[in-house]
Amino acid sequence: MKTKVLGAVSGLAIVASTVAFAEPQAEVLHYWTSGGEAKSVAVLQGEFAANGGTWTDMPVAGGGGDAAGTALRARVLAGNAPTAAQIKGPAIQEWYEEGVLADISAVAEANNWADVLPASIAGHMQCDGTWCAAPVNVHRVDWIWANAEVLSANGIDMPTSWDEFNAAAEQLQAAGIIPLAHGGQAWQDATVFEAVALGILGADGFHKAFVELDTETLTSDDMKAVFDQMRTMRGFVDSNFSGRDWNLATAMVMNGEAAFQIMGDWAKGEFMAAGKVPGEDFLCASTPGEGFLYNVDSFAMFAVDGEEKQQGQALLAELIVGKNFQEVFNLNKGSIPARTDVELDAFDSCALLSAADMSASNDNGSLLPSYAHGMALRGAQSGAITDVVTAHFNSDMSSDDAVQMLANAIANSM
Amino acid sequence: MTDMSYTTSTSGKGVGKIALRWGLYIMLGLFALFYLMPLFVMLTTSLKSLEEIRTGDLISLPREVTLDAWRTAWSGACTGIQCEGVRPYFWNSVLIAIPAVMISTLIGALNGYVVAQWRFKGANLFFALMLFGCFIPFQVVLLPMARMLGLMGLAGTIPGLIFVHVIYGLGFTTLFFRNYYVSIPAELTKAAKVDGAGFFRVFWSIFLPLSLPIIVVTVIWQFTQIWNDFLFGVSFSQAGTQPVTVALNNIVNSTTGVKAYNVDMAAAIIAALPTLLVYVVAGKYFVRGLTAGSVKG
Amino acid sequence: MTKWLEENTPKLVLAPSFVAVLIFVYGFIAWTAWVSLTRSRLLPKYEIDSFIQYDRLFASPRWDTAFSNLFVFGFLFIVIAMILGLILAILLDQNIRTEGAIRTIYLYPMALSMIVTGTAWKWILNPGLGLEATVRGWGFENFTFDWLVNPDMAIYTIVIAAIWQSSGFVMALFLAGLRSVDQEIIKAAQVDGIPTWRVYTAIIIPSMAPIFLSAFIVLSHLAIKSFDLVIALTGGGPGYATDLPATYMYAMAFSRGDIGQAASSAMIMMLVVFTIVVPYLYSELRSKND
Repeated sequence: MKTKVLGAVSGLAIVASTVAFAEPQAEVLHYWTSGGEAKSVAVLQGEFAANGGTWTDMPVAGGGGDAAGTALRARVLAGNAPTAAQIKGPAIQEWYEEGVLADISAVAEANNWADVLPASIAGHMQCDGTWCAAPVNVHRVDWIWANAEVLSANGIDMPTSWDEFNAAAEQLQAAGIIPLAHGGQAWQDATVFEAVALGILGADGFHKAFVELDTETLTSDDMKAVFDQMRTMRGFVDSNFSGRDWNLATAMVMNGEAAFQIMGDWAKGEFMAAGKVPGEDFLCASTPGEGFLYNVDSFAMFAVDGEEKQQGQALLAELIVGKNFQEVFNLNKGSIPARTDVELDAFDSCALLSAADMSASNDNGSLLPSYAHGMALRGAQSGAITDVVTAHFNSDMSSDDAVQMLANAIANSM
Repeated sequence: MTDMSYTTSTSGKGVGKIALRWGLYIMLGLFALFYLMPLFVMLTTSLKSLEEIRTGDLISLPREVTLDAWRTAWSGACTGIQCEGVRPYFWNSVLIAIPAVMISTLIGALNGYVVAQWRFKGANLFFALMLFGCFIPFQVVLLPMARMLGLMGLAGTIPGLIFVHVIYGLGFTTLFFRNYYVSIPAELTKAAKVDGAGFFRVFWSIFLPLSLPIIVVTVIWQFTQIWNDFLFGVSFSQAGTQPVTVALNNIVNSTTGVKAYNVDMAAAIIAALPTLLVYVVAGKYFVRGLTAGSVKG
Repeated sequence: MTKWLEENTPKLVLAPSFVAVLIFVYGFIAWTAWVSLTRSRLLPKYEIDSFIQYDRLFASPRWDTAFSNLFVFGFLFIVIAMILGLILAILLDQNIRTEGAIRTIYLYPMALSMIVTGTAWKWILNPGLGLEATVRGWGFENFTFDWLVNPDMAIYTIVIAAIWQSSGFVMALFLAGLRSVDQEIIKAAQVDGIPTWRVYTAIIIPSMAPIFLSAFIVLSHLAIKSFDLVIALTGGGPGYATDLPATYMYAMAFSRGDIGQAASSAMIMMLVVFTIVVPYLYSELRSKND
C-alpha cells in the first residue's frame, strides 16, 4: 500500500519535472510571407522564443490561403498535422467537425477571452462550447479609400450614401479621372459587392442574406438594387481592370489617376509604404451605410502528440491573444486588435476610426462577418455566391437573372 | 544539318537569294523577340527600384539600374518569418531533383529496355497502362497520395518528395527509352543472348553505351518538370523541406502585403537559373538526342 | 531456380513499376471515382451517396464554361503550337549561322515556371500597361489589343501564353525529325527539279508522321494539365471566363472544401483523357508490334 502511494507520488513528480523541463514547440503553418506581414509574425516568434519555446516556421502563401489550405489538408491526411495553422471563419468549425482540432479552453478561460473579445468574434473561436482557435486581429473590409487632393480639387467630400457616391463618380468621370480603382479578380469583385450589399440591405438584411442564406432576401428587390448598383459601378471602373492586383489599384489612387478604391484595411499598408499620411494624402472612411464587416485572422491548434507540442500550443494561444502581441502585430499589419482592452495610442486615425466603429457596431448588433473573405459562410456557399457576383460584374447579365442565378447557385452548393 | 542549304543555293540566285536570306533572318528575329518579351519585362523590372515601379511604366527600360532586388531575392527577402531569400530553399530543390531525376531515368531506361526488346505477353499492356498514367492530373492524386505517404512514414520528408516525383515521372521516362530502344534491331539482343549474355549484361554493355542522346533528353525533361513543380512541393513538404518554388510562391503571392515586383522578378529568375542553364548548355544535345531516335516512335 | 530467374528477369524488372502504377495511378483513379459518389466536403468521406455530385456538376454554369474552354483552348493550343513549331523548325533548318542561340531562345520558356512569367504576361497583355499602350505610344492611336480584359476573348490570351511556353519544345521535336529524314531521297528529288516547297509537302513532312503523334501526345498532356498558366495569368477571370477543368477541380477541392464535387469533375476529365489517349495507344502499339 505504502509503496503504491510512493510510486504514484514519484510518478507524479516525474510528470511534473518533464513538464517543467519540456521545451514548448510549435510548427506554425501560415500564409503571411511578405515584408510587413512576415515582420508581424516574427513578433510572435520572438515572444514565443522569449518564453523558452522553439518555433518552426511553415509559410505557404498564395490565393488568400488556398495554397496553405492544400498543404494543410495533405498534412492532416498524412497524419502529420502542424501544431498550429492559420484558419479563419466557419472553416474552423469545419475542421473541428473532422475531429482534428485540439481544445484550448483551459488557456482561454485562464485568460478571460470571453470578456475581452467582442461576442461575435468570440463565437468564431468556439466549437461546441469549447475554445478551438485564437484570434489575431480584426481587418475591416468595408473601407473606401480616396486621394485627398483629387477630392478637394473637385470639391467632393467622402460619400455617405451610394447616391452621393454615384454623383461624385459622375462628376469625377466628367473631369477625366477614373472614379473607382478596381482590380477584376473574383475576390475583389466580391469585396465591393458585399460593401454595396451592406449599404443597401442594411445590417439585418446582410445577415439574412449572407449568414442565414435566406432565399427570400437573396431574391428580393433590395438584392436586385444591389446588383443594379454593381452595374452602375462597373461604369466607374476603367476598361483595363481585369486581373489587376489590388495593390496596383491602390497605386492608381495614390497617383491621382483614380479617386476611390473599396478595399480592406490592408490597403493602408500600401499607402503607408509609399510614405503617404492618412488624413492628408489619402482619406479613409467606411463605405456608405451602417455596419462593420470584419475579417478576423486566427490560429487553430491541431490535435498532436507530445508534451512539448501541446505546451507549445498553450503558450502560442496565450501569446496570440496577449495584449502586447495584439498591439505590436496590428501596428505592423494595418488592422486593429481583436481584444477590446488594448491601448490604441500608437495607432493611426484610420485604425482609431475602425476600433470606434467596431465597438459601436458590436453594441447595436451590426458587427457582421465578411462573406467575401470567408468569415460568414462555408467555402462551397461563399464560392457559389462569388461565382455569380463576378459573372454578373464581368458581363451584361441583368439584375433579375443575377438574383435567380444566385438562388440556384446556393441551392446547388448545399 | 545541311540538307536545305543545298536547296536555297540552287533555288535563288544573286539578289533574290540575298533578299530571301534577309527575309529569313528577319522572320527568325521577330520570333525571337516574341519569345524574349516576357524575359525582357522580368529582367528590366528586376533592375528597377520599387519607387520607379510604383510611379512609372511597368514595361520600360529602368531609369536607374540597381542590383538591390537581386541581392534581396537571393538572401534577404522574407519567405515567412525567415528573411533569408530563396537561398536556403535552393538546396532542398537540389536534394529533391537530383536523386529523383537519376532514379526515374534509370528505372525508365530498364522499363523501356524490357518493353522494347524483351517483349513478353502483357508487355504492351504494361506500356499502355504506364503511358495513360502520364495524363493523370496531379490535382487528383494529392489527397490519396498524402494518405499513402503518411502510411509509409514519408510525409513531409525529402525522400517522400523524391518518391512522388519518381512515380509520376516513370510514364514519360519509360516512353522516351522505349521509343528509342525500339529502333535498335532486335537481332543485336538475340546475338548477344546466343553468346550467353544475360539480361543485365546486354543492357549494360550494349544498350547503355548507345543511350547517351536519350539520357540527355530524359534528364532535361525530368529536371525541368521536377525543378519547376509547385503542387507536390507545397503539399508534401513541411518546414525545412520546402523546395524553391514554394519559397518563390511565398515571395510573389502574398495577398495582403506590400508588393515588391522587382524582388519577385529577380527571385523568379534566380529560381529558374538551373533549368535555364540546363537548356543553354545541353540544348544542342537535346535536339541531337531527339534526332537520334526518340521521336521516331 | 536460376533458370527461372533468368527467364523471368524482364518481368521482375517491370514488376515494381507495374505495382506502383497500379496503386498510384489506377488505385487513385478508383479512389477518386469512389469519392465522387460521396458527399465529401473538407476531407474525403467514404459513405456512398448517389450521383448527386454529377448532377451538381452538370447544373453548374461555371463547369460548363470550364469544360467548353478545355476544347477551345486544347484545340487552338495544340494546332497552333504544332504549326508554329513546324514553321520554326523549317526556318531554322536553312543552315542558319546563329542556330544555337536562336534555338535556345525559342526553347527557354519551357524552363521557366509560370508562377512569375504569368505576371510578366499579365503586364504585357494588359491594354493599359503593355502591348496596346506601347504601340499606341508609337503613334498608332487606333491599335487595340484588349483580349485579356474581354471575357469573350480572354481564353485566347491563355492560348498565346501556352504557345509561347511550349512551341519551342515542339520546334525541337520537328527539328530533330527534319534532321533524320533520309538525305538521299531529298537530293534525288532536287536533282529531278522538284521545287523546295514540294519537297517539304510531299516528302519531308509526310515522313515525319510519328513526330506529329509524339508532339500531339506531349501537347495534349500539357493542355489537360494547364493550371499554373491560368492561375498566374487571369486567375480564371474576367468572371470565370477562363476557367479550365483543372482549375475548377482545384478550386472545389482546396479553396471551397467541396471534395466530392472536385472528384466528379476529375472523373469527367479522366474520361476526356481516355477518349483521346486510347486511340493513340491503340494505333501506336499495333503498328509497332504486329
